[in-house]
Amino acid sequence: MELLNTSLVEWSRAQFALTAAYHWLFVPLTLGLGLIMCIFETIYVKTGKEEWKRATKFWMTIFGINFAIGVATGLILEFEFGTNWSNYSWLVGDIFGAPLAIEGILAFFMEATFLSLMFFGWKKLSRGGHLAATWLTVIGATISAFWILTANAWMQFPAGAHLVAETQRMEMTNFWDVLSPVAVNKFFHTVVSSWVLGAVFVLGISSWFLLKKRNVEFALKSIKIGSIVGLVAIVLTILTGHTSAREVAAKQPMKLAAMEGLYDGKTNAKLVGFGILNPSKKYDNTEDPFIFKIDVPIPGFLSWIATYDSNTFIPGINDVIKGGHKQLLDGTDALSFAEKRERGLAANEALQKINILYNQKDTIAAQALWNEQVQAGNTQYFGYSHIEQEKDMIPNVPLVFYAFHIMVILGMLFAALFIVALIMKDRLKKAKWMQIIALICLPLAFVCSQMGWVVTEVGRFPWAIHEVLPLNAAVSKLATGSVVTTFFVFLVLFTALLIAELTIMLKQIRKGPQEN
Amino acid sequence: MKAQNIFNRIIIFYKDGFRQMTIGWTLWAIVLIKLFIMFAILKVFFFPNFLNSKGKTEQEKAAYVREQMIENEVKNDNR
Repeated sequence: MELLNTSLVEWSRAQFALTAAYHWLFVPLTLGLGLIMCIFETIYVKTGKEEWKRATKFWMTIFGINFAIGVATGLILEFEFGTNWSNYSWLVGDIFGAPLAIEGILAFFMEATFLSLMFFGWKKLSRGGHLAATWLTVIGATISAFWILTANAWMQFPAGAHLVAETQRMEMTNFWDVLSPVAVNKFFHTVVSSWVLGAVFVLGISSWFLLKKRNVEFALKSIKIGSIVGLVAIVLTILTGHTSAREVAAKQPMKLAAMEGLYDGKTNAKLVGFGILNPSKKYDNTEDPFIFKIDVPIPGFLSWIATYDSNTFIPGINDVIKGGHKQLLDGTDALSFAEKRERGLAANEALQKINILYNQKDTIAAQALWNEQVQAGNTQYFGYSHIEQEKDMIPNVPLVFYAFHIMVILGMLFAALFIVALIMKDRLKKAKWMQIIALICLPLAFVCSQMGWVVTEVGRFPWAIHEVLPLNAAVSKLATGSVVTTFFVFLVLFTALLIAELTIMLKQIRKGPQEN
Repeated sequence: MKAQNIFNRIIIFYKDGFRQMTIGWTLWAIVLIKLFIMFAILKVFFFPNFLNSKGKTEQEKAAYVREQMIENEVKNDNR
């Protein structure tokens, strides 16, 4: 029963994580398989060969099954914003309104329109017209992802907005600042890593055909296209992962420290290749963070990744708490947690007075008092007034550390898979070991993608909006029991959808590419 | 007249498309059941807009959130 006694915040987080994780099973496959399907059809239009059309139709059917089962599952997240995270939802309404409206109007309708042309238009449209519909379907899905990821990136780095005391909303000051480098990197890293997932998916399914010794030519063609797409995508994923890491280093140093299990900052900091964390390690004891670890054998590699200078000091968890180091963001001295909390409490106390003034309808005095706090630089630390202890600043280090390293190691495995597949070419049809590895990699691609989001979302603890709104202030004061109930409702609903997806997809895969 | 032709062609396009569906019928059934569960059950019974229960006007909702920001009693006790 201990599980049921977990707090409202934790259950609300668990519910959101469950929903987002299930939703994210469908999205990357849509983006990744979509691109590969487009490439197949482009080859068909270029060559006019029916075998490419059959292959396109096969992957398009799989794409359609995934799209249909996954469509609208993201809307549940929006339900949760309004019910479980109402303070957060209210605060970000002005910021999220624009991107989500653009997403809804432009991208969703674009997807919906061209999706029907793609599925119903094989005999009605010209080859070129149909190809255009296919590409526009996938481009529409990608544009959808852009706006959602922009909204998520803003939570990690809330630029281009300020908190207004009267409305208690973050109001946008500059739309282009919202499209920050964090957003751009997040978008590209997420999309190209979804291409990797799509490519691994194609290799896995095609290898199943090879194992079954059927549709061999189709499988070999699919593996070739999948491997080329996958290899290009994995290179792009590494590059955008690197630029994303630079953004994290500058803007979310606590997250980077957790990703690396770095408690005490260092110059010439090494990048951990892999390691086992010491479970007894706490931020305030002197134990070694690792039972064992293997560093990447390049001196100062972590420092170099963060700033292109291997001598740079990378702050650890304790440095972020204690402050005093030069911030990678702007070179200024970092404030300690205690100093930030003091400023946040000053802003919070001012807000208490402001609240009384608003209740007395004295908006001018209220606004003047808030402006004083803005001038004093206290309002940007407002969120710290809700964080009582310095240990509450630290995310779940083992979860973030292991998720990050599993993601990277799996990414390397996929790179090797694509390279070996391209080298082996037709020899693949006799290489059972390689077929089995490719098949095993299929679920691992989904694990890798989920790990990426675990790093992103767990790593930004304790913030719903970085340094503005912590999770405990963002959550609605609901009865914990109601959140527990909906958690299990979603668990059942999404599991049913996943079973439906797998059942229908497997049935269709067993049929293989059809003659007509 | 031309506009009507385009309208008719769109209707026929979709009619033929739906008629020729095979696996599509199963997928449409799943989509519709899912949307029914989401909007007719989950949204209505489990996911009301929380702030609507705290105030009718924007000002009342803002005042409620302001109160929450001043003193938040929900603490994360699982750290």
